[in-house]
Formats: sequence, structure tokens, C-alpha cells
Amino acid sequence: MKLALATESDTAWELPYAGKVGMWGVIAAESAIFVIFIVAYAFYIGKSTSGPTTAILHTPIFLTVCLLSSSATMELALRGLRRGDTRAFSAWWFVTLGLAATFLGGTLLEWRHLIVDEGLTIHTNLFGTTYYSLVGLHAFHVLVGLTLMAVVAAFIIRRRVTRDHTPKLEVISLYWHFVDVVWVAVFTLVYVVGR
Amino acid sequence: MTLTMQPPPQTWTERLHSWVTTVDHKRIGIMYVLYALTFLVVGGVEAALMRLQLLFPHAEFVSPHAFNQLFTMHGTTMIFFVAMPMMFGFVNYLMPLMIGARDMAFPRLNAFSFWLTVFGGLLLYYSLIGGYGLYGDGTAPEVGWWAYAPLTEKAFTRGHSSDYWTLSLLVSGFGSIVTSINVIATVFSMRCRGMKLGKMPLFAWLSATMSVLAILAIAPLTAAQMMLMVDRYLGGHFFDTQAGGSAVLWMHFFWIFGHPEVYVLIIPSFAFISEIVPVFSRKTMFGYPIMVAASVMIAFVSMSVWAHHMFTVGMTASANSFFVITTMAVAIPTGIKIFNWLATMWGGKIRFNAPMLFCIGFLAQFLLAGLTGVMLASAPMTWHLGNSYFVVAHFHYVILGGIIMAVFAAFYYWYPKVVGRIYSERLAKWHFWLFVIGFHVCFDLMHIPGLLGMPRRIYTYEPGRGWEIWNFLVGIGAAIQGVAILVFVWNLIRSARRGAAAGSDPWDAWTLEWATSSPPPAYNFATPPVVKSRRPLWDLKHPEDPDWRYE
Amino acid sequence: MSPTTIFSPATTPARWIFDLSNMVYAVCGAIFVIVGSLLVYAVVKFRRRKGQDASEPAQVYGSKQIELAWTIIPILIVVVLFLSTARVIAFTQKPSFEETAVKVDVVGHQFWWEYRYPGLGVVTANELHIPVSDPARRAPSVLQLYSADIVHSFWVPRLAGKTDLVPNFPNTMWIDPTEPGLYLGQCAAYCGVQHAKMLLRVYVQSREDFAKWVEEQKQPARVTDAAARGREVFERTTCMSCHAIAGTAATGRFGPDLTHLMSRDTLGAGIIPNTRENLRSWIQDPGKVKPGVLMPAMGLDDSELDAVTDYLMTLH
Ligand code: HEA
Ligand code: HEA
Ligand code: HEC
Ligand code: CUA
Ligand SMILES: [Cu+2]
Repeated sequence: MKLALATESDTAWELPYAGKVGMWGVIAAESAIFVIFIVAYAFYIGKSTSGPTTAILHTPIFLTVCLLSSSATMELALRGLRRGDTRAFSAWWFVTLGLAATFLGGTLLEWRHLIVDEGLTIHTNLFGTTYYSLVGLHAFHVLVGLTLMAVVAAFIIRRRVTRDHTPKLEVISLYWHFVDVVWVAVFTLVYVVGR
Repeated sequence: MTLTMQPPPQTWTERLHSWVTTVDHKRIGIMYVLYALTFLVVGGVEAALMRLQLLFPHAEFVSPHAFNQLFTMHGTTMIFFVAMPMMFGFVNYLMPLMIGARDMAFPRLNAFSFWLTVFGGLLLYYSLIGGYGLYGDGTAPEVGWWAYAPLTEKAFTRGHSSDYWTLSLLVSGFGSIVTSINVIATVFSMRCRGMKLGKMPLFAWLSATMSVLAILAIAPLTAAQMMLMVDRYLGGHFFDTQAGGSAVLWMHFFWIFGHPEVYVLIIPSFAFISEIVPVFSRKTMFGYPIMVAASVMIAFVSMSVWAHHMFTVGMTASANSFFVITTMAVAIPTGIKIFNWLATMWGGKIRFNAPMLFCIGFLAQFLLAGLTGVMLASAPMTWHLGNSYFVVAHFHYVILGGIIMAVFAAFYYWYPKVVGRIYSERLAKWHFWLFVIGFHVCFDLMHIPGLLGMPRRIYTYEPGRGWEIWNFLVGIGAAIQGVAILVFVWNLIRSARRGAAAGSDPWDAWTLEWATSSPPPAYNFATPPVVKSRRPLWDLKHPEDPDWRYE
Repeated sequence: MSPTTIFSPATTPARWIFDLSNMVYAVCGAIFVIVGSLLVYAVVKFRRRKGQDASEPAQVYGSKQIELAWTIIPILIVVVLFLSTARVIAFTQKPSFEETAVKVDVVGHQFWWEYRYPGLGVVTANELHIPVSDPARRAPSVLQLYSADIVHSFWVPRLAGKTDLVPNFPNTMWIDPTEPGLYLGQCAAYCGVQHAKMLLRVYVQSREDFAKWVEEQKQPARVTDAAARGREVFERTTCMSCHAIAGTAATGRFGPDLTHLMSRDTLGAGIIPNTRENLRSWIQDPGKVKPGVLMPAMGLDDSELDAVTDYLMTLH
């Protein structure tokens, strides 16, 4: 039996951008991963049998401000792009990049301090294991975000980013906001509730 | 619609190259399914060896180590490298066709995640060579498919065998997560004109539901595996009980994955049944919106039931009770689905071709399997039956009596579409009856040693406990199933050459995949279709009484 | 009758589960019969018959009332099942009894069981002894469950459901058997190579017999001069770094306490009868009897073997 299908229709037909749906999927998966690490951290608070405790941590206020404001600057960049103002876009994009890099650099220094001065490694005790895993997992996500931003930055320098790329960059910004939200959770748990 | 791709004659290397580099969802789907079939035979041979060892008490057919490796590899293979790729294969092939799309949302990503899955499977079996490193003799992991801590810690499992297990699941897990994201993006962003969410075939709904669940199930497993790697390679202590780590935490993490996982497998089976039963009863699906709601409910509730695998661990009475009620609650939406299928058959004109036979088998066996599940959900009963052969029987009942039956139904139903030829109905009936008989001899009887106190995962057992005769018969049943599967595979191979040409719509069916040629051309539809109802082909065949008037 | 069947409960908690099970079987059985009959009826009644015309049957899209009916009835069933289940959970996990007959610390080891009676100063292995509970005045034995390594599970089906022995996570269970006798079971959580041969034997004894048993077990080993050479070999070849024999220099805790080895019926966690030949071949190479066991073959020559076996044979 041969079938002919209707191919015309007058109704408007508009579906969401696949990249964005995909990124929401990624965020769902990542959230689940973080939830598990967060639960593990929370579960082991105060259960280390020996070695340093949370008392040795410094609350990274400055870095947190950097990371959180980078979400806002990224939004500003995108607004510029939507307007077609590529100069504002690239300026804010580089600011975002800088803030993210500052955060990552700060984390590195903090870890150096913890390892060299306090003698806390991932092997030391449960606190070390859970702390480096959770904060490290988040830092890894920052690194991924930073890489993505750097790739875009390369395109900016070559003047290849235009208004048409807005949906793609929105996908990146969605990811970046997610990384920020996760930091809020990690920060609250590790530096506020868990002390 | 005669737009079949007629490729110029190719050498076999060219053909191989074109398959390896393909990004066509149909070819990827076929590769997934063939991959799963291969591993079904591998896992089945492992099962056969176990049953051989258990035919008689105190048998010495395989060593204790070998037996423990067999069930670990059998469980891991069957769940991750048979059931999962099988489902993803069918979804990959069919879902874009059914929603009138030309491919998945991210075709290259699709190929990437398939090859990740392949790589994962190879890693698992590479442990046989590389378990102790390249210079030593290899060995498969022997930690069970739950890999409970602290057995997996360095102190108790030396060598690298269990690391291959971890890596394999990490890699294929990434593959599954990416595929799931792809499926969701396809369902939401690639539907043809007019196909509102409420007009999608149930298959598409269930594919999306399964994918959401898969993401939320596999991600926690991935996280737990990362922790295990931290423990084993960086000297961490997550599950190191000697440094205050917790064995129970791993159990929770594993089952937060493990339970939703089994529903990830059953939901696509529901999808097959929901497509096949209406066509062979010649009626539209009864209660479509309720079916959608029930499936989403099952997925949702199934995320809060995981600890019914841990009733014997010593949780508090209130925690136990909580997981009892959530687990039992799943029976309600599941029951709704069974009743809706029955109502679809009710008043129809049922044709008993092989796909429908397997669906009927599914309904009867899944019903019984679900009821033994409810028995296990009653925590005090699980204090007895947990970790006994009753559980093994329960889940093989759901998996073989349910999932595998549905998969066979799907094979026969879509075989003409994929291959372009009709399978042999006679061989299919042989397959059906052999498999049903083998299945019941094997797994009905397997409940009994469980009730008589036989724990699972034992390489041998004591005589005089009333288990001998049952284990012997179970072994016979397993062999009959093996023969049935051989018949099945033979049917697939033979009919691909000798079967009669199928035509585009051999079943007089109603969804979009039947509107294109068999096999479909590379881009599925010459012109993207437009639909007005859930059964576009029904509208076409019955212009006097189209569906969209009633929906 | 199988000695490990769950259908022959001998204690209160086992009986509770038994009664609950019967009810659940009945409910599930009824559901199976009803739904199964509907299925058979549909298949038979609505099959396509020869000579029927090719027209399609009436298309039915759904029905609110029917959907509601088959939602509500299962909800009611589930509520009933849940309530009866929750009751047994609460009774079993929050028991109230005036008196405890005996408290035992059960420690799971890879492939054997250690039993310590903290109040009584008794340590033994693989064969658990407890007194009966008087039906008039319930006095259950309470088991405190620990693990030295992996997760194990204590399951003697006629006495109670299983409870796991989890490292860092002590559990409790209680049993009040009223009939003396030997109750069998085995480890029910995969714990490594020899999980299959980690058998459980529980000897329920009358109060007098139990008291007598405790009295004997409390004694240190009665070492006779006849076995002096065996003892010397035992202490020289590091047996004693793993095994304890009270009253001697041997205090190891990695393996079973051997102080009263000969009072036990079996060897190697219940897998072989405790006879002279078996004991000798066990010491010669336990891996032959129980492949993967954590006790190594000590490489004793024949005369040393005989001496050690003789020595152990004196440990009544
Ligand atoms: C595809 C797989 C699948 C499916 C669908 C199910 C479905 C169910 N399973 Fe199963 N299960 C497994 C696969 C599956 N299971 C596996 C693999 C394991 C073991 C893993 C391992 O240990 O290795 C397991 C183990 C397992 C356990 C743990 C046992 C233990 O180890 O101690 C429990 C306990 O509650 C359980 C319960 C259930 C329940 C209540 C359902 C329910 O969803 C069933 C619902 C269906 C029905 C009830 C029938 C239809 C309903 C009606 C006709 C309505 C009327 C009925 C009532 C009101 C009761 N399962
Ligand atoms: C998709 C999932 C799936 C499938 C299809 C199967 C299929 C089968 N399983 Fe499996 N099984 C699991 C998932 C599955 N299993 C899981 C998750 C576990 C738990 C593991 C753990 O405890 O860690 C398990 C554990 C398990 C055990 C318990 C082991 C133990 O606890 O000690 C047993 C024992 O009988 C068993 C038997 C079988 C048999 C006989 C089949 C048969 O149906 C297989 C039939 C197929 C074939 C026989 C192969 C094809 C045919 C041929 C190659 C022809 C030649 C062969 C012959 C003629 C015999 N399985
Ligand atoms: C490395 C530690 C270790 C050493 C050394 C060792 N054993 Fe053992 N032994 C064990 C363990 C562990 C078991 C329990 C094995 C099991 O049942 O799985 C055991 C069991 C036994 C049993 C059986 C006990 C029972 O109740 O079932 C006997 C008898 C025994 N050992 C005697 C000896 C003798 C004699 C020597 C010295 C020649 C010795 N052992 C050396 C660890 C050791
Ligand atoms: Cu101890 Cu299994
Ligand atoms: Cu489950």
C-alpha cells in the first residue's frame, strides 16, 4: 500500500531550540551528579577519624563575589549582542572571562595553602576526600566554562561573532549560570553550614 | 514515495567505512541492536555456565572465583550492554520516524555516544586480559553488579579487574546520558508540523520519559563511580570503612541509580506494547492521556523507592515503612497501564501474529512479575526473600517475561520496516512457544528454592535442603530458552534473504514510520509530513471518519 | 521438609512474617486470577474469527469512569497491604519484652562467624548456642551484629528474616525460639569468594543444657602433656597469630577461637563434619577444602600435622 501524506498546513509551527533543550538535559545530569557529591560531603561532616577539620578553611568571599558577578556580566554581554552592539558584547565577555579566571586562580592558591601549609590532601582523611572532590568537581566545571569562553573569545578576536550566534551563546550562558548556582550550594554547605 | 537510496556497488571496506562513520539515526539504531544481540548471546552463555554449575549440589564444573566472575559479568553485561543499548537502539531507529523527523537533533553526538557504549563494553571484557595488568593473567571483576563497598576497596579487591568494571560503566554511562539528552532534544525540537505533544505516538512520550529517567539515574551512578575511583587511585576514603567511610552510603548511591534504571528498561517495553497492541487489536489506544500520565507517574515515583533494595540493611522502622509505601504506590500507575491495554484489546478483532503473541505473553508474565515485586515491597517478606533466589526469579521474570518479551514483539513488528522483508511466521511461533516454555520452567520454578532458603550468588549449595530438584529443572529451562534464542536469531538471518517483500505498511498500521518505504530512505521522508491526529495513517485510510474529530 | 524453609516459622518474628506473607500471597494471588482471567477472556472472545468482514471494530478512545475505578481499587488494596506491612515492621523493629535470655555479639568475617557472649565471657565460632524462650514468659535472645570486613547477612529462615552485618554500622535482631533443636541457614550477602560456604548453625537448647554449655565454654583449654608437641608446633608455626586458645599463649583474633574446637560438630563454618581426618586435611591445606579461604596452608610435614591434629583433638 502506498501512502501519500499531507505536507501543507497553515498553522504556525515553532519548536524550542534544540541546543537549549540539550543544555537543560546536561544541567539535569550535572545537578544529579552534584547532589550525590553534596550528600556525601554533608554525610561525612565531622566523621573524620583523624587529621585536620573544617576549621582550617578560609571563607572565599572575594572569589565568590567574582564568580557570582560573572553571571551578571555574561548576561550584560548577551544583551549587547542581542542589540547588535558587538563592542559591548566583547567587552563584557572579556570581563566575564577575567572573573572566571580569577576564581579559578584563587581556588588554586587556596588549595596550595591547604596542601602545603595545612597538610590536608585527598588522602588525609574523610574531610580531605570529600572537600577536594566536591570543590574540585565544581572547579572542573569552572574550567570547562572558561574553556568555552576562551573559544568564543578567540572568535571575537577574529571578529566572527555576530547577532546570529545569540542562541548558541545563550546555551553557554545557561551553563555558566548553572555553574554559579552550584557554587552557591557548595559554598553554603562547605563554608557556612558545614563549619 | 519511491525515494530509496540506491547506492552504487561498494567494496566491503567502503561499506564498513560507511557504517563506522555513519550519523544516520537508523544505521546507528541497527548497530545498537546488533551490538545488544551479540552481548545477549555472551551474557546468555554466562548464564548457561552458571546453571550448569548449579545443576547438582557441590558440583565442581567451575571454580568459585569463576562463578563469582560469571554472575558479575552476566549481570553487568545484561543490564548495561544488552538491555540499555537494545532500548536505545529501538528508540534511535523508530522515534525520529514516528515524529516525522529526518534525524535526531544532534546526529554526530548520536554516533559519538554509540561508540562510547561500544567502547564501554569492550573495556568490561578487556578485564579478562588486563585485570592484573598486561603482564599478569587477566581476570574478570567478581564484585557482583552492585559492586558493594567495601568489597571494591583496594584492601579487598586487588588488581585492576574491578577498575575495568568502573571505567566501563563510566564510559558507557556517559554515552547513555548523551543519548538521552539527544532523545529529549529530538522529541521537543524536531516534531513534524502539527504534532503537538498530545498528538505524539505513545512511543515518543515514553522515549522521552525513559530518557529523563535515564539521565537522573545514570548521573548518580557516574558520581558514585567517580568517588570509587578517587578511593582506589587517589587514596580517598569515601567508602573506606577502615577510615570511617560508610558502606551504606554506597548502597544508597547505587540504588538511587539501580532502581530507576530498571524502570528505564521497562518504560520502552511499555512503549512497544503500546504501539503493537492497538494495531493488532485494530483499535485506538484506550485512554491515551491517562497512559501518558501513568508513565510519567511511574518515572516520578520510581525515584523515591530505591531503598526497597536495602530492607535488610537495618534502616529505621519509619524509613522502611516509607519505602514500603512508595514502592507499593508504583503498582497503581502500572496497574492502570495494564488495564488500559486490556481495554484496548476489549472489543477488538485481535490478530495473532508473532508481535501480538509476544505482547500477550508480556501482559500475563509482567502481571505476575509485578505481583512478586509487591511481595518483595512488603519489607518483612524481603527480610526473608531479599538476596535469595526469589529475588533472582522476580527480576528475571520482569526482565525476560516482560522486557525481553516486549523486545521480541518489537523485533517482529518492525523487522519488515527495517529489513524490507517479512520474517518467517512459522519460525516465530516456534520461537514463541519454546521461549515461553523455557521461561516458565526456568523462572517459575526458580522462586521455590528462594522460598526454601537458598541465597543468591552462591557458587554451590548444600544437599539435603530441598533445593536439588528445583535447581536441576531450572537448568533445563535455561537450555530451552537458549534453543529458542537460536531459533530467533536464525529467523532474523534467514528472513533477511528469503523473506517476502514487506511493502511499506504490512500491518495496516497508523503511525508515521509506516508511511515511508521499507527500509526507509536516508532522509526518512521525501517531504516532511504534517499531521492532525495521533494516528495520521488512520486519518488517511479513513477520510470519512478521521481521528482528529474525537481527540 | 527443607530445614531452611520459610514456611515453618519457629519464633515470634518469623511467625509474624509468615502470617503477613500468607495474606500478601492471597491478595496477590487474587489479583493475578482476576486480571489473568480478564486477559484470557479478551484474547478468546475478541480474536479475529474466520469469515469476519474486514471492517474495523468500533474505536473507543477512553472512559473517565472506568479509569477512575481501576485507579481507586488498587489504591485501596495498596493501603491495606501497607498497613499490615507497617504493623509487622513496627512490632519487629521496636520490640518490647521484659527480659532478655542472652545477648550475643555476632561478628561476620570473611567466610566464618564469630560469637561473643559479653555477659558470660564465652567466645566461640560458627555454631551459635542460645537457650529456648519460655512461651509463657517471652525471653528472646538478642543478637548484636557487627562485621570485621565486608557486608554479610545473618539468615536462619526458621528463626527470623535476615539482617545484614555491615562494617561501621551495628545492627540488632532478636529471636525467641520455643523448640530446642538445630536450625540451619547461611550468609545471605555476597561477601567474596567463599560466600557460598559461610553456613550458619544455631543450636537452640533447653535452659539447663545451655547453662551447662556455657559452663564448659568458660573453662580455659585443658591442655594435657600428651599433646605438648602439638602445642609446641601450633605456637611455633604462627597458628597462634590468628587463633586464640584460652589458657595458652595463643590469642590471635583473625581466625576462629579454637579453645573448645572439639565441642563443635563442624569445621570451616559448617561445611564439613569435625572428624579427625577432616581436621587433619583442613590444617594441611584449607584451600583444598574451601578454595579462597583466608587461612593459608602452613606447610607442615606429616609428623607435625599429626601432632597439631592431636593437640587440637584434645580441646574439648
Ligand atoms: C525491569 C525491571 C523491573 C520492574 C518493572 C520491577 C518492578 C517492581 N519491583 Fe523489582 N527488581 C528488579 C527489576 C524490576 N522490578 C531487579 C533487576 C531487581 C533486583 C536487582 C538485584 O538485586 O540485583 C528487583 C528487585 C526488587 C526488590 C528488592 C528485593 C531485594 O533485593 O530485597 C523489590 C522490593 O520491593 C522489588 C519490587 C518491585 C515492585 C513493587 C515493582 C512494581 O513496579 C511492579 C508493579 C506491577 C504490578 C503490581 C502488576 C500490575 C498491577 C496491577 C494489576 C494493579 C493491581 C495490583 C495491586 C494493587 C498490588 N523489586
Ligand atoms: C537483561 C537482563 C538479564 C537477562 C536477559 C538474563 C538472562 C538469564 N539469566 Fe540473569 N541476571 C541478571 C540479568 C539478566 N539475566 C542480573 C542483573 C543478575 C544479577 C547479577 C548479580 O547478582 O550481580 C542476574 C543473575 C542471574 C543468576 C543468579 C546468579 C547468582 O546469584 O548466583 C542466574 C542463575 O540462574 C541467572 C540466570 C539467567 C538465565 C538462565 C537467563 C536466560 O534467560 C538466558 C537465555 C539466553 C541464552 C541461553 C543465550 C542465547 C543462546 C545461545 C547462546 C545458544 C546456546 C546456549 C544454550 C543452548 C544453553 N541470572
Ligand atoms: C592467616 C591466619 C591464619 C593462620 C596463620 C592459621 N589460621 Fe586457622 N583459620 C583462619 C581463618 C580465617 C579460619 C576460618 C576459615 C573459614 O572458615 O573460612 C581458620 C579456621 C581454622 C580451623 C577451623 C575452625 C572452625 O571452627 O571451623 C582450624 C581447626 C584451624 N584454623 C587451625 C589452624 C592451625 C592448626 C593453624 C596452624 C598450622 C592455623 N589454623 C593457622 C586463619 C588462620
Ligand atoms: Cu558472608 Cu556472604
Ligand atoms: Cu527496585
